[in-house]
Amino acid sequence: MDIQTLFFAVVAAVAILSGILVITCRNPINSALSLVMTFFCLATFYVMLDAPFMAAIQVIVYAGAIMVLIIFVIMLLNVRVESGKKYTHGVLIGSIMAVLLLFEAFYFLNRSSLTGARGMIDANVVQNVGHVELIGRAMYTDFLLPFEITSILLLVAIIGAVILAKKKI
Amino acid sequence: MLTHHSYLILSAILFSLGALGVLIRRNAIIIFMCIEMMLNSVNLAFVSLSKYLGNIDGQIFVFFIMTVAAAEAAVGLALMIAFYNNRESVEVEDLNVMKW
Amino acid sequence: MLEYVGLIPLFPFIGFVINGLLGKKIKNEKVVGGLGALMVFCSFLVSSGILLQLIGRPAEERIFEKVIFTWIQSGQFKADAGFLVDPLSALMIMVVTGVGFLIHVYSIGYMHGEEGFYRYFAYLNLFTCSMLLLVLGNNMLLMFVGWEGVGLCSYLLIGYYFHKKSAGDAGKKAFVMNRVGDFGFLLGIFTLFWYMGQTHNVWTVNFREIAANAHLLPVGGVVTLIALFFFIGATGKSAQIPLYTWLPDAMEGPTPVSALIHAATMVTAGVYMIGRLNFIYIRSHEAMLVVAIVGAATAIFAATIGTAQNDIKRVLAYSTVSQLGFMFLAMGVGAFTAGVFHLMTHAFFKACLFLGSGSVIHSMHHALHHAHSHDDPQDMRNMGGLRKAMPITYLTFLVSTIAIAGIPGFSGFFSKDEILWQAFSNPFHGGLNIILWGTGAVAACFTAFYMFRLVFMTFFGECRITAKAKDHLHESPLVITFPLMVLGLLAVVGGYIGLPKLIGDMFGGIPNYFEQWLEPIFAGSHEFTLQQLAHAEVHHSHALEWGLMGASVVIAIVGISVAYTLYIASPQIPKKFTDAFPALHRAVYNKWYIDEIYDFLFVNPCKALGNFCWKGFDVLVVDGAVNGVASIVRGFSSVIKNLQTGYVHNYALSIVLGVVTIIAVYVIR
Repeated sequence: MDIQTLFFAVVAAVAILSGILVITCRNPINSALSLVMTFFCLATFYVMLDAPFMAAIQVIVYAGAIMVLIIFVIMLLNVRVESGKKYTHGVLIGSIMAVLLLFEAFYFLNRSSLTGARGMIDANVVQNVGHVELIGRAMYTDFLLPFEITSILLLVAIIGAVILAKKKI
Repeated sequence: MLTHHSYLILSAILFSLGALGVLIRRNAIIIFMCIEMMLNSVNLAFVSLSKYLGNIDGQIFVFFIMTVAAAEAAVGLALMIAFYNNRESVEVEDLNVMKW
Repeated sequence: MLEYVGLIPLFPFIGFVINGLLGKKIKNEKVVGGLGALMVFCSFLVSSGILLQLIGRPAEERIFEKVIFTWIQSGQFKADAGFLVDPLSALMIMVVTGVGFLIHVYSIGYMHGEEGFYRYFAYLNLFTCSMLLLVLGNNMLLMFVGWEGVGLCSYLLIGYYFHKKSAGDAGKKAFVMNRVGDFGFLLGIFTLFWYMGQTHNVWTVNFREIAANAHLLPVGGVVTLIALFFFIGATGKSAQIPLYTWLPDAMEGPTPVSALIHAATMVTAGVYMIGRLNFIYIRSHEAMLVVAIVGAATAIFAATIGTAQNDIKRVLAYSTVSQLGFMFLAMGVGAFTAGVFHLMTHAFFKACLFLGSGSVIHSMHHALHHAHSHDDPQDMRNMGGLRKAMPITYLTFLVSTIAIAGIPGFSGFFSKDEILWQAFSNPFHGGLNIILWGTGAVAACFTAFYMFRLVFMTFFGECRITAKAKDHLHESPLVITFPLMVLGLLAVVGGYIGLPKLIGDMFGGIPNYFEQWLEPIFAGSHEFTLQQLAHAEVHHSHALEWGLMGASVVIAIVGISVAYTLYIASPQIPKKFTDAFPALHRAVYNKWYIDEIYDFLFVNPCKALGNFCWKGFDVLVVDGAVNGVASIVRGFSSVIKNLQTGYVHNYALSIVLGVVTIIAVYVIR
């Protein structure tokens, strides 16, 4: 087992553990902090996968912006630690479903192998050209229209959020 | 040996964990976070497959997913505030007005 | 002026729209009523202009068609909406707008203070518009639109006092019976259209085109069918046997309405229609015979009922039915001119009679109201001696009564005598002529009798209301008496435009202007008759004509003297008579129980069928099927509705379940 694999195993274990914490913690703040931990682990994986820019925005957008937003809301609502039951009535059937989903995914992954036409971007290209430039080139040429559409989506989200958060709907 | 398979399996585990959280938790904010976790597991799969294929397109999709997640966060949290203002609660068992 | 023919129906329509939409806001009766009358007067002016222009033209050019727009275009069939002005329709628009205007003026006084005054004038204007559309329409479909329009207005105006159940019922009755007739009319249109198109490739409903192609029609056969279909329409609208029973009930409406719609104009639409389609009737002896027999039968039948009624308006209603019978008799014996002539004179004197009765009722109502009496103001048994209190009404009423009774010198004499003479001398019905003439003559005798009975009971003798009420009897205001005077005058002189040739010759050859005027319309039929019937030119001696004329005068005088004997000289006789023949009196008084027979034969079976369809079929079968399906769905959904818990996480669960299932299918495959 080389050092890389070992590192992966450790970080993956941390990610899964904090993932479990997200769904088991009674206090939402704890859950949120665990989720931040998971996001950091994922950022680590992105670095390992030669996608440093993705790692950066994972930290900035997810762990930074979105999670801050969530934590703000938690504090704003001042939700008390769940007094009574933590789980819904469907805890058993929900668990069965999730486990089934997991097994199916495993079975699927084990049965098949990865195929597909390989592109020319490997670690060296990323190193030489720069990840940001690669992303930017793709985003503003081939994916220009979806990119513009996303801006409309964000605009709609802004308006929706403002209207929904108003005192009187 | 570290292969792309490992990433995909990790992605599946995280996705299932997120689904489990969505299904069993009562607190809507935690459910919301679980959804974020599911989105992230998909992102991981995208990035790892992008690396495997030597193609940048998968990472572009991660961008879009992040945008959607941001929009979802804004609207979803606003909804939660509105709901809390009405019901003094963020528990999904109180979200039962979809009947009739 | 002819170009502006479209204005004639437009003016009353404007009045209808303004009064109908804004009348409630205007409130001022003078404005509402004045507007209604003014609009009809404008139509009258335009009509007069058109009439004068037509008179100025040579006889063969007195026809003008103004197409407004293409109404229907479908394949070879094309119908233009437009107006047809010819001597016949010009005459009709003069009658409709002239009499209509006078009645509008009269209504301002008569309806004073009534609730829904504006509604009344809106309906009345709409009626005038529809009637003008009926007579001016250049094709059968447009005529049918007017035909339905007048039916609708008749319904609305009969039911004007809709809070009274009897008025609502009468309106419904009129509407339903008219519908039966309209059905026949429609079938007539369809059959004629289909026959002309199918056989001769003439796809048209235009009157001029049909008339121009009339030579294509065969004699008898399908033409008889077409003519009878149209005649069914005419019996409904013009209250002939068997569809006449709605007209007496229609007297529930306000009196001016009875005068305008149920005496002067609408009920004559059937006569007008047969006159318009004379070229069809002339080609079917069978249909003409049916028309003549129905006309004569209606004339005598309604006249007998009229002798025993006590309600002043009902007497006049039966009189109208009877006089319409005379018109149809004329149509049936090929005397189209005489029929239309009687239509016109009848419009004058019958409108005057109705308006006079309205004046009497108006006055009686006031008097009884002041005396706090609850007697019926329309019952002639409560009247009597009114001639002193109401001299103008009395005079005009008397003049019109003399006119309808057929005393020489008054308009009714000329028209009725012409009809009787034609019934006797026409070349169509051979041996039946004498029966037709006899029936008509007896009906004329009855007419003279019951009309003078009416006059004697109302205006002569002792006043039978209380002394207190008597003091309040007074003549109606000028707005009511003015139309009476004009119509009374017309009832006298209206007949002189159609002097019989016999009398005209006596006074130095005064021609029969009326016949000359309508000659272009009926010339084709006349020629056809001459071709078809070799003996059509049978010459009756002048002595015979004089004799029959004398006979009809004698008949009228007999009727009058019987009435005088029974109701002035020795008023105890009617009582004795009814005591002697109680069954006969009861039968006549109850209108020969025709309503009851119709109830038994048609109304009750229809009701039973309706009830069966409602309770048996609709409730059990239709509703049962619908409700059964609904309750199955309801039962099913009450089971599966438990799936819809309304909890968000349950929906999330079902999403995940779906995902798991889809992947499972994919994996297993």
